[in-house]
Amino acid sequence: MTEKLVIIGAGMASGRVIEHLVEADPAAFDITLFNAEPRGNYNRIMLSPVLSGEKTYDDIVTHDDDWYAAQGVTCRFGEHVVRIDPEAKVIEGQNGPVHYDKLVVATGSAPFIIPVPGKDLAGVITYRDLDDTNAMIDAASHGGRAVVIGGGLLGLEAAAGLAERGMDVTVVHLMGHLMERQLDEAAGYLLRKDLEKRGITIKTQASTKAIIGDTKAEGVLLESGETLPADLVVMAVGIRPETRLATDAGLETGRGITVNAQMQSSNPDIFAVGECVEFDGHLFGLVAPLYDQAKVLAQSLLNAPDAFVVKDVATKLKVTGCDLFSAGDFADGPDREDIVFRDPGRGIYKRLVIKDDCLIGAVMYGDTADGNWFFGLIKDGADIDEMRETLIFGPAYQGGSPADPLSAVAALPPEAEICGCNGICKGQIVDAISAGAADLGAVRTTTKASGSCGTCTGLVEQLLEVTLGDAYAAPAAQPVCGCTDLTHEDVRRLIKAKELKSQPAVWQELGWKTPNGCHVCRPAINFYLLADWPLEYRDDPQSRFVNERKHANIQKDGTFSVVPRMWGGITNPRELRAIADAAEKYDVPTVKVTGGQRIDLLGVKGEDLPHIWADLNKAGLVSGHAYSKGLRTVKTCVGTDHCRFGTQDSTGLGIKLEQVLWGSWTPHKVKLAVSGCPRNCAEATCKDVGVVCVDSGYQVGVAGAAGMDVKETERLADVATEQEAIDLTVAFIQLYREHAKYLDRPYKWVAKVGLDWVQARVVDDLEERAALIERFELSQSIYRKDPWAERAKEPRSFGPLADLTLEAAE
Amino acid sequence: MSWIDIGSVDDIPLRGARVIKTPLGCVALFRTGSAEVFATSDRCPHKDGPLSEGIVHGQNVTCPLHNWVFDLNTGEAKGEDGRIDTYPVRVEAQRILIDGAALGKRSAA
Repeated sequence: MTEKLVIIGAGMASGRVIEHLVEADPAAFDITLFNAEPRGNYNRIMLSPVLSGEKTYDDIVTHDDDWYAAQGVTCRFGEHVVRIDPEAKVIEGQNGPVHYDKLVVATGSAPFIIPVPGKDLAGVITYRDLDDTNAMIDAASHGGRAVVIGGGLLGLEAAAGLAERGMDVTVVHLMGHLMERQLDEAAGYLLRKDLEKRGITIKTQASTKAIIGDTKAEGVLLESGETLPADLVVMAVGIRPETRLATDAGLETGRGITVNAQMQSSNPDIFAVGECVEFDGHLFGLVAPLYDQAKVLAQSLLNAPDAFVVKDVATKLKVTGCDLFSAGDFADGPDREDIVFRDPGRGIYKRLVIKDDCLIGAVMYGDTADGNWFFGLIKDGADIDEMRETLIFGPAYQGGSPADPLSAVAALPPEAEICGCNGICKGQIVDAISAGAADLGAVRTTTKASGSCGTCTGLVEQLLEVTLGDAYAAPAAQPVCGCTDLTHEDVRRLIKAKELKSQPAVWQELGWKTPNGCHVCRPAINFYLLADWPLEYRDDPQSRFVNERKHANIQKDGTFSVVPRMWGGITNPRELRAIADAAEKYDVPTVKVTGGQRIDLLGVKGEDLPHIWADLNKAGLVSGHAYSKGLRTVKTCVGTDHCRFGTQDSTGLGIKLEQVLWGSWTPHKVKLAVSGCPRNCAEATCKDVGVVCVDSGYQVGVAGAAGMDVKETERLADVATEQEAIDLTVAFIQLYREHAKYLDRPYKWVAKVGLDWVQARVVDDLEERAALIERFELSQSIYRKDPWAERAKEPRSFGPLADLTLEAAE
Repeated sequence: MSWIDIGSVDDIPLRGARVIKTPLGCVALFRTGSAEVFATSDRCPHKDGPLSEGIVHGQNVTCPLHNWVFDLNTGEAKGEDGRIDTYPVRVEAQRILIDGAALGKRSAA
């Protein structure tokens, strides 16, 4: 007996169902197929190649009109289904009703539209079907700018396709790295790099506030306040199962239409398949499980029930030239072991996640040839203990060679600048070595590389080693920490030469051995990145020592000390009253005057910090940065204002210096002083920068110390005007920020590079001095802010996450 | 086990920590991955440093006072003689669940 089968939705899953049915028993069903799109089943996965122009619609049609005719399928394409009547077993289409014995709901999914103002403007489209694709192709033919909202699989394919068609594309992604559901940070970084090479701009941690425009989309406004001009906005933030018909018909639905393992809904004659279903809490978006479902459903309809099981799926991105693979579960977890392989030279990253001697997840970028082999191991739950050591090298490999510590330097292009002082590139140095310069001295003589400040010495030595091989034995240098073989100087130089602008970039390109560094290297890398790329890199509080994360000094009992800034050591009754009030209100046990002419409130509880800051802010007091590797204090004497010996306004200069420098991060703490006469009451001659005023002007000294070492400052220069004294100070500190090793105070750094080298840049070369000041000001446009005022707005993050003492006591 | 929902994973910064108050004193919750959370005692056995204020790297935390490094899986200090208590915790649908029984039982003992 032939039953009437109605299918709503002609997608890839239901198409496969029909194939199975007609193959097994062509006479079993009289099939009517509805589709809202005015066409039949095509390979939706291939829309991206259509968008990029590598394929046409005709290439991706799965079932054409002839095929449907041959199978005797009644097609009602371009017709919406209005209602399902499960009582009468009738489907109401726009053009009339049809009776069914069995019904398959295959309504697929709908794109998720983020509810922002402007979402309905013309020029805002989603990326789901052929019509969307054609709309994008049409928009791209006019050129202009496109903003793609969403950095997942679909969004990136849309972005790549639009860029291929000549549009200027920006991707806006809410999360910290691209495709966060399929990739980890390191692979996300490599993907970003490849997409940026194609001219696509990527903005991560960017949240869309509104789409602006009068009648059509003209731009995208981000929460940060930035506006991205756009002629086309593509929303690709995700999909949700299309369940409206099913819900109206009274079928059980969760996030999708609830089905059992036979793909049967809560109504025994109604089945569902594809992206619209929810099975055992899972939703489905990739094609492999949908085809499994189609097979099971065909069996159910033919009364030969099978059972659908959820399997791991592997993901690949269909963007030519971006080779990525992700499968299984690759989140970190207790009892899990990571095997990481990085080859910076070839842009390769592989990570395997192992649990109980089984491979459970794999992420690969750049070389995915072994992806299916790994995927097989994951699906089979194979015991990999025997091959653990060589597993990451894939099936063809027996016995591996250890990672090459020189690979980062070997991977540098010839035009990468090694010696910043003399502008010497890798190619020139390698040429010199090939021409006979066999040691550091010879390279210095012939090329001048590493002959000035000397911080690139390590890199030059590595180049000698790479070029000469075993013929050269480099003196052992002290690496940053166990995560890398590179020294601080090497890392700083490479961050500049390779333009590394994020932590994942450093880890990948410099071949870090750990997933995300350690407590030794992370604070250093964080500083180097923010010092070199103030606009591009965002400070990472989780890479900072507690004092800089909390903006207060931790004490041995876990309480904190709070030091408000007193510019140049000057205060007034109003500020003192506010400090006294705060000390009483928060039960501060100790109030102490510091050596840097500030008042320290010791013993403040962590959760009180935002509140005491808010109180101090109200009196105009800001953070004194007594906790930071940054500008601490400028100590002054009273100068010409009151002192009968004063020669200049030392207090005024101190305040000006402090107002220019405050908030800046430096390799180590920086303390200044200005004395009004050579009697030096402010003790300026043992500071990082100390100015001594004299009748003829200002003596600017640098590189003093009064800590573990005691050392008198060295004279940087004598200048006639206050402005010159300020300029020299700022230029000196910027040079220190750009070149010193993390945790070297200025006196240690100057001892390494030499005062002459510093003077040549800061004093003699006026152009370089101006450039240093300009770069400092650029950085200060971000960092010259009161962190207390900003952090006081989020007091909750300082308290406990939860209090279980009450519940547990019951 | 009695699982208690104590908050969303997003309440803890990635590679950061928060504390919860319990009858045993403060317990630190460390977020080492997007959906990976560990729970341990908040006190370093060396000099009582607050571990929740330390730098989180890999599946380790470094004490902010004197740089003892602890493996969050086992609670063992690396290269030092000492360990911290660890507590069962899991993440489900972005919520952090901690085993209240483990915290309660120990307090009674």
